[in-house]
Amino acid sequence: MSASSGPVLSASFDSRLARGVERSAAWLLGLLWLAPLLYAFWAAFHPREFATRFDLTAPWTLANIVEVWNAVPFGRYYLNTVLLVSGILIAQLVIGCLAAYAFARFEFRGREVVFAFVLVQLMLIPDVLIVQNFRTMSQLGLVDTITAIGLPYVASAFCIFLLRQSFRSIPVELVEAAEVEGASRLQVLWKVYVPIARPTLVAFGLVSVSGNWNNFLWPLVITSSVETRPLTVGLAVFITPETGVNWTVLSAATVIVIAPLLAVFLLFQRQFVQSFLRSGIK
Amino acid sequence: MAHTEAGTTADAPPQDRPTRTPGSGPIRRRRLSDAQLAWLLLVPALVVLVTFTHYPVVSAAWASVHDAAGDPTVANYQRMLDDPVFWRVLRNNAWFALGTVPTSMALGLAMAYWVNQRFRGRGVLRLAYFTPAILPMVAIASIWLFFYSPGIGPISQLVTALGFEDRNWLGDRTTVLPAIIITNIWKEAGFLMIFFLAGLQNIPPELDEAAQIEGASRWYRFRRVTLPLLAPTTVFVLIIAFTNAFKTVDFLFIMTAGGPNNASNLLLYYIYEVAFTFWNRPYAATLTVVLVTVLLAASLAQLRLFDRRVHYR
Repeated sequence: MSASSGPVLSASFDSRLARGVERSAAWLLGLLWLAPLLYAFWAAFHPREFATRFDLTAPWTLANIVEVWNAVPFGRYYLNTVLLVSGILIAQLVIGCLAAYAFARFEFRGREVVFAFVLVQLMLIPDVLIVQNFRTMSQLGLVDTITAIGLPYVASAFCIFLLRQSFRSIPVELVEAAEVEGASRLQVLWKVYVPIARPTLVAFGLVSVSGNWNNFLWPLVITSSVETRPLTVGLAVFITPETGVNWTVLSAATVIVIAPLLAVFLLFQRQFVQSFLRSGIK
Repeated sequence: MAHTEAGTTADAPPQDRPTRTPGSGPIRRRRLSDAQLAWLLLVPALVVLVTFTHYPVVSAAWASVHDAAGDPTVANYQRMLDDPVFWRVLRNNAWFALGTVPTSMALGLAMAYWVNQRFRGRGVLRLAYFTPAILPMVAIASIWLFFYSPGIGPISQLVTALGFEDRNWLGDRTTVLPAIIITNIWKEAGFLMIFFLAGLQNIPPELDEAAQIEGASRWYRFRRVTLPLLAPTTVFVLIIAFTNAFKTVDFLFIMTAGGPNNASNLLLYYIYEVAFTFWNRPYAATLTVVLVTVLLAASLAQLRLFDRRVHYR
């Protein structure tokens, strides 16, 4: 008895030790991952002399935020970003619902081929085609407009793909019931398909909003004025070699740009993670 | 409304009809057939996709093999092969992918494995890992700029405290690429974690429990039960991580501008420079063709691997 309980005990001690080490590693990694953000908030709300000195008694201040807010038209950039992100999302959902409905419900010649044709955009996102798309926009006379930033993104293969998946799971009985009541094919889309696909719409919405809020390269290329620039480009324009040394001001600008997104993310973090999980599985 | 309909139809005798052709009912006369309506519904999506995804690929390919007068030429490709910056950028991008992909995948997997367990504070931890992935890269990059700044930045302070020589991490040709690789790992790992987490949650817990009852150690169970079951997810994540290494350049604008002397320049950033700093559109189109080829090759590899996955299941 005692001979056999010895190894078992030490094994469980070993595994508990291993678990403890593992968990410490997990938390250490978490701290490392948060460090840049924690620093940004530290520097943004402290006087300049504390930018590199970490003193818990250091006084807090809003001066950096105020300074940056007055120096940079962040208000306008916010407006541009909000217009851009919401405009793209609405268009993506409308266009996506129509296309996904066509793929999910109707038989037509070449359906699989067209669907594969759509999916090409999963790999070739508009960001890598900036040179050609810039030329197209100048031919359309749209350079330096918010429309031009959003237009390449309003049809999302990802959105169509996700919606098609959830549309296909809708039982045919529901459709028949609606048709018996006299609903037309488009009414069936809005009254039966769209309500059932709501979780997918929300999931895609969160992924889309955070993606477009962060988008940088294409907006940088296509915009050239305060009236059209989104936040990300506004921030990049603000960061020059001179501001690059003033860490408190730089951090304040960073905090201004990320704060709303971070707040929304913290408030809806469960939905966020679930949404990304949901769209990641497929 | 939808719910009451669901209730009434649930009482209906179950019928196994694979696809019903809707619109065949005699209730209403319709002007459009189903096929016509389907095409009509697809028009907005197809117009946008063709204009901003398919047409640009074709027009880039066309521009790359024609000169200003519209005559066929291989001059752009000749120039590319003779361009030392192109080779440098390609090499950088290969190292960047090699440096980023395996490490961020391993970290992402470890993160997913950890936050998939039950313990106090796992929500906070998951949040800590995932936050970098949803924040704008340009904003993140400005903080990393400080982290790498010589003398005062935390990395320099750590290095000098450990008795090593301080460096200008982003200004030194030998350290700039590793530095941006680290930043990118930090950004990517939490994003990849999400895919692994989805994969882990799809694994039935009974398998792991069975191995546990057999007395297998945690590490053994992870290696012999969890990891093989995650294989399809891992392939998927590999492709995503690899293609991201060719699409992610935002932080270069803030941190290095591709420098010093192109030591941190990547393909997409070089395309931007050629097109919008040197204003050489045909050459930028040629470089775009290379980038598109890399991305399409990756997606074809993914299709092949996923076909196999379907057979396994």
